[in-house]
Amino acid sequence: MSATADTAAGGGIGALGRGLGRVSGAVLPVLTVVACIVVLWYVAAIGMNRAWTLDAAQRQGVELTAGEIIADAMRQDRPVLPAPHQVAAELWNTTMGEPILRERRGEYRPNPRSLFFHAWQTLAPTLMGFVIGGLAGILLAVGIVHNRAMDLSVMPWAIASQTIPILAIAPMIIVVLNSIGLEGLIPKSLISAYLSFFPVVVGMVKGLRSPGAMDLDLLRTYSASGAETFWKLRLPASVPFLFASLKVGIAAALVGTIVAELPTGARFGLGARLLTGSYYGQTIQIWSALFMAAICAAALVATLSFVERVTLRRMGLDR
Amino acid sequence: MAAQTPTSKPAPVSPVIEARGLDLTFQTADGPVQALRDVNLTIDKGDFVSFIGPSGCGKTTLLRVIAALEHPTGGSITVNGMTPDAARRSRAYGYVFQAAGLYPWRTIEKNVKLPLEIMGFDRAEQENRAKDVLQLVDLEGFGKKFPWQLSGGMQQRASIARALAFDADLLLMDEPFGALDEIVRDHLNEQLLALWKRTEKTIGFVTHSIPEAVYLSTRIVVMSPRPGRITDVIESDLPAERPLDIRDTPEFLAIAHRVREGLRAGHAYED
Amino acid sequence: MKSLSAMPSWTMPALGAALVALGFVADPRLGAILAVWLGAWGLNAVMASRGRGAGVRFLVPLLFGATLLGLWEMAVRLYEISPIILPAPSVIAATFAENTPTLWADFRQTILKGALSGYVIGCGAAFLTAVAIDRSPFLQRGLLPVGNFIAALPIVGTAPILVMWFGFGWQSKAAVVIAMVFFPMLVNCVQGMKASEAMQRDLMHTYAANYWQSFLKLRLPTAMPFIFNGLKICTTLALIGAIVAEFFGSPVVGMGFRIKIEVGRLSMDMVWASITVAAMAGTAFYGLVAVVERRLTFWHPSQRTG
Repeated sequence: MSATADTAAGGGIGALGRGLGRVSGAVLPVLTVVACIVVLWYVAAIGMNRAWTLDAAQRQGVELTAGEIIADAMRQDRPVLPAPHQVAAELWNTTMGEPILRERRGEYRPNPRSLFFHAWQTLAPTLMGFVIGGLAGILLAVGIVHNRAMDLSVMPWAIASQTIPILAIAPMIIVVLNSIGLEGLIPKSLISAYLSFFPVVVGMVKGLRSPGAMDLDLLRTYSASGAETFWKLRLPASVPFLFASLKVGIAAALVGTIVAELPTGARFGLGARLLTGSYYGQTIQIWSALFMAAICAAALVATLSFVERVTLRRMGLDR
Repeated sequence: MAAQTPTSKPAPVSPVIEARGLDLTFQTADGPVQALRDVNLTIDKGDFVSFIGPSGCGKTTLLRVIAALEHPTGGSITVNGMTPDAARRSRAYGYVFQAAGLYPWRTIEKNVKLPLEIMGFDRAEQENRAKDVLQLVDLEGFGKKFPWQLSGGMQQRASIARALAFDADLLLMDEPFGALDEIVRDHLNEQLLALWKRTEKTIGFVTHSIPEAVYLSTRIVVMSPRPGRITDVIESDLPAERPLDIRDTPEFLAIAHRVREGLRAGHAYED
Repeated sequence: MKSLSAMPSWTMPALGAALVALGFVADPRLGAILAVWLGAWGLNAVMASRGRGAGVRFLVPLLFGATLLGLWEMAVRLYEISPIILPAPSVIAATFAENTPTLWADFRQTILKGALSGYVIGCGAAFLTAVAIDRSPFLQRGLLPVGNFIAALPIVGTAPILVMWFGFGWQSKAAVVIAMVFFPMLVNCVQGMKASEAMQRDLMHTYAANYWQSFLKLRLPTAMPFIFNGLKICTTLALIGAIVAEFFGSPVVGMGFRIKIEVGRLSMDMVWASITVAAMAGTAFYGLVAVVERRLTFWHPSQRTG
């Protein structure tokens, strides 16, 4: 990305200074942008919430100073736009402030007030579906690359399916499966599997086909079989592509699970929290659920990135 | 330094390029690197000067300093009597890179017109100049083709045409034929020489091919690395008419030998 | 793979026939379905191995799709699957024909008013932002990671909030679409602006070209493939955003709305008809952008090969 130089060779303070310079060169702009966003957020919150404050004051026939308006705008119960600290407080209270299990009638059950509980309700089917979809995608990709009939018949549909808003029909699939008795984890996993399946197929096919004619010819001169070519050349070459599409797949799977929870009136899960928040006008709840979903998405992608870096380093492919 | 060449050329009014004590030090992560040290050089109008040396000797850097693409950290350099930047702004030179670098979304003709558009020539003028300059490099009739429809040699010819389009008196070429095979290269060398004679431009030419340097130039500047400096400046006494066969003559080989000695003196052949 | 291709050519058909026979023994309906499936697959395999022309490339996926539809129809009929769970394609087609006015009104509301307007505004704003921050490497270094991060988040979750702010009309759907397409488009555009090579920028420098000349003649054309990559990704995002946003509240028209209430009424044929409209709209939208891309980036290697 940026043209900063590689490892600083010299020793001592010089290297430390250059290292710090490099880090701040990468981190400082990001921090600045984030800080700007937070400031803009506060300004927007004050701007959007004060209408309510002014309304209430007018009805009570009270005059408020600017300072009081601002203070009130940041403290409302059902603000139009919650201030950052309100969201942070809610996040803290519903995660650290609530036990994950609580006692009910003599036994320990999950606590529906804990955001961790809801997050897990969403993450579990996401992960299960992602694993299934990913594996199935890899297998199908292998089949497509080695079998011309599969290639010609399936690939156009795989590519076309990326243009179809599959996400939008996720809730419907849940309802159908519910009506035949499949509830809870399985239907949501199926959605998540389907959504991660196609990016993985397309990415893996691109990866398996990435070796150039020159590399394939070399193996041909060794009389390597198709299987040997696969294990020694195609599969290792496809690893970067695989990870790229896995990251897309898992983000899609998470969103899919959340969307799947929507119109069925699910009670547990991040999508359910979004829904109940919007029904009861609990904007802070909506925002904290949204942030939790964001944190989960970031954590999943970060984990994959970490695995990718370790794998690529072991393969000598990291640059 | 500025010895008289055998042909009867009018004495130059002032040198086109004059460098005195030129220094350029890059700050890299591994510490400072002296790309050029104490470079003294004068290039007169109508000269064909080759810069030859191993990698890291500073020949490309020197060319880029002349073109105001790099800035020296010491010494002085003037181009046409002005600073390189002023010369650049007055569009005093055309630059040819190692790769043709033609825009794939423009036809050859439109590619040649690129500098003309930027410099504000009017439509009719652009049309005429493009036609003339394509004729000059033997690419008549290929104006409507796209770069990827042409061979490497033809693309490089188009790149040269582009550099000639706006009539700059100075042409700076950075290993323009380096990516081409030897046969195409010979052909283009011949054409470049013919072009030079016809247009009487001043040419600065970077290469790492000894035969190419000796064949093309009136003067050869041998450079060596660590730090980048001039080891030798050789005035070529080869006649103006140079068929390709001249490369087998003893005079040619003598000059090539001298170039090789210069390179060896600059430790070019050691690790 | 080596061992498979070394087997004589009658092994695959023989294996297929054996499977079909087994199927028939287990259940005649299963046998019928297997027969159709394996027969079509065999036909496809033959076509794929013999034919090379464009016709084959068209016919094989078409046959594959038709086979799937055929198997679907057979399974529903033979196993008498309840229409509440899975209606047959013929039933869906009939529903589609009967309800075209409603589906068309939904299409206008969701796609034309919601998705399209959000797409144009969102992608346009992202492009202009990319141009604006082009001159500041500092802002780019800051915005690119943040943009990449936000682009990976479940933005669709902002739908309830935006419905709350902008009301039930198409404006809130457009707002959701804008939120969803902005960052992916921005990231692609910024990458595109950086894509020109140093050598090309040096050449512009030697011509003493000013910023806008360099931008319009070099950096913008170089960025085109990236811009179109972003535009294509955003077509799907726009559709998803518009439909899902309607789950959170909409007037009595719109594809998301239609899906929600028909699911509630268990009229799955109407739901599937809506989904078909969504699929067709998605493919058409993407295809349109791809056609424009082909005209404007004809010079790029990815458009020239294959």
